[in-house]
Amino acid sequence: MNFSRSMVLVSSDPESVRRGADEIYALFEKEIAARDMEGEISISRLTDTGRPDAAPIVVIYPEAVVYGPVNAENVKEIVEEHLYKGRVAEHLLAPTRELSGRIGWLKTRKGTLPAEKRIVLRRAGRIDPENIEEYIAEDGYQALAKALTGMKATEVIDVLKESGLQGRGGAGFPTGLKWSFVAGTQSEKKYVVCNADESEPGTFKDRVILEGDPLAIIEAMTIAGYAVGADEGFVYVRGEYKLAQNRLENAVKQAREYGLLGKNIMDTAFSFDIHIHSGAGAYICGEETALLESIEGKRGEPRSRPPYPTTEGLWGKPTLVNNVETLANVPPILLNGGQWYRQFGTPSSPGTKVYTILGNVNFTGLIEVPMGITLREVVNIYGQGMKDGATFKLAQTGGSSGSVIPASLQDTPMDFESFRKAGVSLGSGALLICDENTCVVDLALVLQKFFKFESCGKCTPCRVGTGRIHEILTGIVEGRGTLKDMENLDYLVDSLTRISNCGLGQTASVPINDVLKYFRPELEAHIKLGVCPCGVCPMSAPVKEPAAVA
Amino acid sequence: MPVVKSLDDLKRIREEALQKRQIKTSPGHTQIVVGMGTPGIAAGARETIKAILDYIENNKLENIVVRQTGNIGRDSYEPIVQVIVGDAETVTYGKVTPEAASEIMEKHVKGGSVVRAYIIPA
Ligand SMILES: Cc1cc2nc3c(=O)[nH]c(=O)nc-3n(C[C@H](O)[C@H](O)[C@H](O)COP(=O)(O)O)c2cc1C
Ligand code: SF4
Repeated sequence: MNFSRSMVLVSSDPESVRRGADEIYALFEKEIAARDMEGEISISRLTDTGRPDAAPIVVIYPEAVVYGPVNAENVKEIVEEHLYKGRVAEHLLAPTRELSGRIGWLKTRKGTLPAEKRIVLRRAGRIDPENIEEYIAEDGYQALAKALTGMKATEVIDVLKESGLQGRGGAGFPTGLKWSFVAGTQSEKKYVVCNADESEPGTFKDRVILEGDPLAIIEAMTIAGYAVGADEGFVYVRGEYKLAQNRLENAVKQAREYGLLGKNIMDTAFSFDIHIHSGAGAYICGEETALLESIEGKRGEPRSRPPYPTTEGLWGKPTLVNNVETLANVPPILLNGGQWYRQFGTPSSPGTKVYTILGNVNFTGLIEVPMGITLREVVNIYGQGMKDGATFKLAQTGGSSGSVIPASLQDTPMDFESFRKAGVSLGSGALLICDENTCVVDLALVLQKFFKFESCGKCTPCRVGTGRIHEILTGIVEGRGTLKDMENLDYLVDSLTRISNCGLGQTASVPINDVLKYFRPELEAHIKLGVCPCGVCPMSAPVKEPAAVA
Repeated sequence: MPVVKSLDDLKRIREEALQKRQIKTSPGHTQIVVGMGTPGIAAGARETIKAILDYIENNKLENIVVRQTGNIGRDSYEPIVQVIVGDAETVTYGKVTPEAASEIMEKHVKGGSVVRAYIIPA
């Protein structure tokens, strides 16, 4: 991958183009080339800056400096002063406008580096995932060696606590604390389980780690075993991830051959071994207690809690359950220290986060960035703008049970704390970006269909509620909606959230709740006016084929 | 089979692995790395790697290591192929169809000049 020292973004919304943005873009290319800096500086386009008054805008990272309005004559100066000599051309800066909600972000984030920072994915896509030597060549097993030869189990946990690492499986529970719960429970037998079920639609970050760097998970689980006092581990891999399963099997085999799994690892008293367990395709088996049931060979239904898995997990023994990405953070933290980790991200949510970007943007794929970057940055910088110049309407974070985030919240820093304050959730890291042609009611309907199908049926609010919400939404998109439906939706959302047994039911109503909160007028248009403003929903019940006339 | 019994063992294996890698990146050696994660394979990386191997065989090229790696996260550009000639910097190509692969082999690996058209923008 090409790493550039600076990133130049030139706005390309229609207004900027009208005022000569294309010419400016070309001039930047020319001026940068004239100084032989092509290899160090990348140029790309930025859309929807929300600042027509300052268009065309030029943003330069990593300093996050905003110039505007920029004209052709300014380009040479910006290149000369800023990019060549490293001084900000103060008099060309865009006037900052506070509290417009839109570009204030650039001011506040000045100096922080949004460039991709790879900790979790540092080896994925570079090493051969089927060769343990390549893993070892790139710092592999250094962290385990450090722990086994020089640290007490409690010291390992202390480093994790100090790092502030939070679970990346969706809920964001502090990892060090969870480890200390398991470590603190007395038992002859304990287990470490890696949750690699990843069945949240649109999420594939764990798969990239499992396929690209499987030994990182094996090493992290071994460290976890040492820290909490377990001698056996399971990786529960989503059934569809055949390639990941094969690579994990291979990784376990090689680790055993090298004596890095098995009895008396590195000549110490510590023994640990790992089994790979395939799921069978149920979404609910990603929920940690359903997952444990499934490993035990039972039907994948969530247990009632308490007791939590940390005290009574697999076969009734204390069990540590962690997500793949969470575990992948452990070895680098142990090697470099908790304080090192805290330099990334925000004070309340340290570290990086892996996001999968999908939907109506020009670039889809995977990024690992510090916690706390904003949706706008994701869309405009990493997503390289909306496809076909469309307008950003909403994003759904974290897969099907994630929040539906309207454009007005796109400058909220994406970290656990800020999202909680804004009343939305970060979820697992899928970012579905939708443009103006997306109908929110249609989106909600698709999601509800998923929940209705995946509800395990153990408890009534979820079994019946998900079906009822789906039914009501179907009525609305077919033009049979009534105002009573809105009331019923409010009621269903409330009951699902409050009295479902597990996270599936509790969060199944998140998207529809957000639609009711942020997109009520659009929903009402379907009901009161009988129109779908985006022209997506049929708004009439499917007509039955008339019987053929004999 | 080297069994890791101590920190020194680990260090030794690491140094040996790094040495092996050093040989691969010395002048006269070329590495071709094909992204074989799920998105790569779905986009046709198997055909691509086959085209590369065929080219090497048909043209009797030597000192080339072709290996696989996981997904690097730029899914819109799969299949992705990285070419490292000697100690030069890695060149990352995207949307490498079998035809593109042959072209890259011809011009870059054999001919020594980078094929700009397929380079992934940073
Ligand atoms: C319906 C449902 C599905 C879930 N699916 C996953 C999943 O696929 N992968 C995952 O890591 N966590 C999933 N979770 C969260 C887990 O229950 C659990 O919180 C997580 O594995 C804890 O790991 P962490 O502390 O490392 O985040 C799911 C939760 C629910 C309620
Ligand atoms: S909330 Fe839904 S998925 Fe969870 S136990 Fe109840 S029925 Fe099953």
